[in-house]
Amino acid sequence: MLPADDHSTPMTTLEKLSRRAFLSRSSATGVVTAAAAIAVPVTKMDAGTTQEATAPDTGPIPGAVPVTLKVNGETYRVQIDPRATLLDTLRETLHLTGTKKGCDHGQCGACTVHINGRRANSCLLFAAMQQNAEITTIEGLGTPERMHPVQASFVEHDAYQCGYCTSGQIMSAAAMLHEPCGPNDDDVKEALSGNICRCGAYVNIVAAVQAVRRKQSNV
Amino acid sequence: MSAAIGQPLDRVDGKAKVTGAGRYSAEIAFANVAYAAIVGAEVASGRISSIETTEAERAEGVLAVLTHRNLAKIAAQPHLLPSLAGQSAPGESFFPLQDDLVHYAGQPVAVVIADTLERAQYAACLVRVRYVQTPSTTTLDQGREQAYEAQRIFAGFIPGRVQRGNAEAGLAQAAVRIDATYRFAANHHNPIEPSATTAVWEGDRLTLYDATQGITATQLTAAELLGVPPSKVRVITRFIGGGFGCKAMIWPHVTIAAFAARHVKRPVKLALTREQMFTSCGHREEQEQRIVLGATEEGRLTALRHHKLSLTSPFDDWAEPSLGVAGMAYACPNYEGVYRLIRSNIMTPTFTRGPGETTGMFALECAMDELAYQLTLDPIELRLRNHADVDPVSGNPWSSKGLKECYQRGAERFGWKGRNPVPRSQRDGNWLIGTGMATAGYPVYFPMQPQRARARLYADGSAVVQAGTQDFGTGSATAMTQVAADGLGLPVDRVRFEYGDTDLPNTAAAVGSAGSGMVSAAVYVAATTLRDQLIARAIADEKSPLCRAHPNAVVVRDGRMALREQANTGEMYSDLLRRHFLADAEALGSWNPPGQNTGYGLATFGAQFAEVAVDPDLGLVRVRRMTGVFALGRVLNAKTARSQLMGGMLWGLGQALLEATYMDSKLGRWANSSLGDYLVPVDADAPDVDVELVEIHDEAVNPLGVKGCGEIGMVGAAAAIANAVFHATGRRVRELPIHIEHLL
Repeated sequence: MLPADDHSTPMTTLEKLSRRAFLSRSSATGVVTAAAAIAVPVTKMDAGTTQEATAPDTGPIPGAVPVTLKVNGETYRVQIDPRATLLDTLRETLHLTGTKKGCDHGQCGACTVHINGRRANSCLLFAAMQQNAEITTIEGLGTPERMHPVQASFVEHDAYQCGYCTSGQIMSAAAMLHEPCGPNDDDVKEALSGNICRCGAYVNIVAAVQAVRRKQSNV
Repeated sequence: MSAAIGQPLDRVDGKAKVTGAGRYSAEIAFANVAYAAIVGAEVASGRISSIETTEAERAEGVLAVLTHRNLAKIAAQPHLLPSLAGQSAPGESFFPLQDDLVHYAGQPVAVVIADTLERAQYAACLVRVRYVQTPSTTTLDQGREQAYEAQRIFAGFIPGRVQRGNAEAGLAQAAVRIDATYRFAANHHNPIEPSATTAVWEGDRLTLYDATQGITATQLTAAELLGVPPSKVRVITRFIGGGFGCKAMIWPHVTIAAFAARHVKRPVKLALTREQMFTSCGHREEQEQRIVLGATEEGRLTALRHHKLSLTSPFDDWAEPSLGVAGMAYACPNYEGVYRLIRSNIMTPTFTRGPGETTGMFALECAMDELAYQLTLDPIELRLRNHADVDPVSGNPWSSKGLKECYQRGAERFGWKGRNPVPRSQRDGNWLIGTGMATAGYPVYFPMQPQRARARLYADGSAVVQAGTQDFGTGSATAMTQVAADGLGLPVDRVRFEYGDTDLPNTAAAVGSAGSGMVSAAVYVAATTLRDQLIARAIADEKSPLCRAHPNAVVVRDGRMALREQANTGEMYSDLLRRHFLADAEALGSWNPPGQNTGYGLATFGAQFAEVAVDPDLGLVRVRRMTGVFALGRVLNAKTARSQLMGGMLWGLGQALLEATYMDSKLGRWANSSLGDYLVPVDADAPDVDVELVEIHDEAVNPLGVKGCGEIGMVGAAAAIANAVFHATGRRVRELPIHIEHLL
């Protein structure tokens, strides 16, 4: 909520704007003006064509910043609240709900995505800070018709129950395949302990991951 | 007959789960959706003296701020009722935002609705509430003096005092006595999916996408509180991210979402934060249990006195029924079980996996272990000497038991034979090694309503079977597909099972480990009714090869009806339907659960074993392996049953060593309400878990003889671990969770 005169200084250059300054501006009270409405379609750029994907019809969002995100090989241009996490942007703006919110505090791992191939908790990242990153979510890892080996192994080994931690487990495991990790079950357990499974599917999760690793090392 | 039932089929929703395609309740997209954020009370007891919402109302994107001043009044007072009853199922006899009184910390005092999640969350911080605080009671020790004996508990379903024989006399006769008090920290369910409801009104019709274990419970509760007919409320939930009991009852936030959506005339998505999960959907109450056991020199129980003391809310006489299974676990002629409660400033606690069984059997099984040691008896031998051949409560024969087989198989698999019972007798390097065992038991519950399903067969030989049940990770959707396939005589891949919608035929909520038995009965009846109708049609049809055959002589396999004695004589379902110009055929199935008096004792049993390693210098406890053997009746799907049992055993590990919600009694607020501070087992905590299923035949429980396995995996697991810790260290820890400090 900005005082009227601040519409002349759009907050698009994040490097110039400190977080403290932004927060103090947004907490200033005053009358909301209807001026300077920014249209908020989500535009998804795919090989030169501009498509409109469904977006929340939020109306004018003074203070929104334009952000370009590369997710699963597609480029999205969005207008979002600069406070929005990557997790919420994926789920609420891009409608990629495969990445799950378990705690929003980086404590459960359900929100694990890949940033340039490395696993990260998307709830701890501002979307606006990920503009140059290659982001991969569970939807980009594989589809029901073409599953990633880790996905297929999870199905075979019943490495899930309710399925809510599953995206995070799979993204974590898929990235972990490229990390240094000892060969034993205990090594895998350590490496995946950042992904909580409350249903307790751990035994099957480890079995699924080890099956993939065994196959890969035999190649 | 059983081509599919029992098979370890891959879950039908597996691909959706591993590719992120499953939509959970906060993930249903609507063009115009608004977001609600709840503001919770910061004191445990008192009155709101002022509530300033102007700043919040003026904040960017805020559509409304609802408080007790402007929220519509609820149409009816909620009354705590378990969802097993098939009625509305409020989790507590209280609805917030109706007046200015505060009864527990976290109680909703305001709801902010805005056009984005960030704005709703931010504006919630701008709501300024002032309280006149009054003294609160939030821990057992604080409220001990005010304890009272409950008339009835568990929403009135269970008496507060149960007796048989004469416990005093039985204790007087005893040659040996164990008198021990066990304490349990409060536990929270913490499913990884926080509770969430998306509410959408279309005119006067409401659709709720609710993370619930009981879609009908959600429907009826919301309808009652909103004052609308249930026929105008539909609940749709296909994917639920765990529940363990916290999504079994219907909590205020569900109806708050509906109120919010009605108020702003837009779909509203309300997802609780992780912190709010500690004050919004109940928990397993802090409690204390005192066990007094009397036994002969041979270890035969002469008396059992089991008293429980626990915290409840200001509104309800709630206690999880910790004394139930413990009171029927062994042949003991003299028994006294009493529940005592303390009214306190917490929300009404609720069903938490194995509600009562896991704490009650912890106390009993640790006490039995203490008795075994006092008498220098092998712990399994002590259990066998006290084996209840009939139900000690009713005197009825068991419909099925299998406990002795569980002890025997478990001992074999675990390697119990030759165990040196002397504590501190085994080491692995510096680690002290110990082993322990315990009995597991869980009642078989019958809901009161008829269970229904619908089966439809298409002319191409494919089928859809429907029942309004939920699958929150139990694998029930998959199991029911198998049951339907076998009932119809079709291959599994030609059957689709539909669930998760109150428009479908009504079944029990997924609670009390009753779902698989109840729903499979309805599905089986619907499928076989349809099958029998088609067979009857063929038999009456001159053009059918089965014309004039006796109905009992016909079997169906892979969609083909044929004579049992002459497989060549028969025809495909699809040929029959086409010949009769039918695009499909349909049947409804209904199964009435028996009442309480079946003439049998009804329970599921098992045996738990654990091996621990304890660091003698640091007091660290690591569970090295666990073995559980369970007699489940018929197993619908070996893969998913095993997963449920393993999950339960890991919950037992959590209960034993990790999980505790600590109450700051000065503030009356939970001190560790996050997943970083409330410890649940992570991968590195998980030992090798070995599960075996003993299949036994049971005709009394339901048509397929299914006894359910969602919770029994947890019962006894913590006791086996605690008994193992004693064996390793010589220290008897009578408090959960077991801390390092207990073992230093």
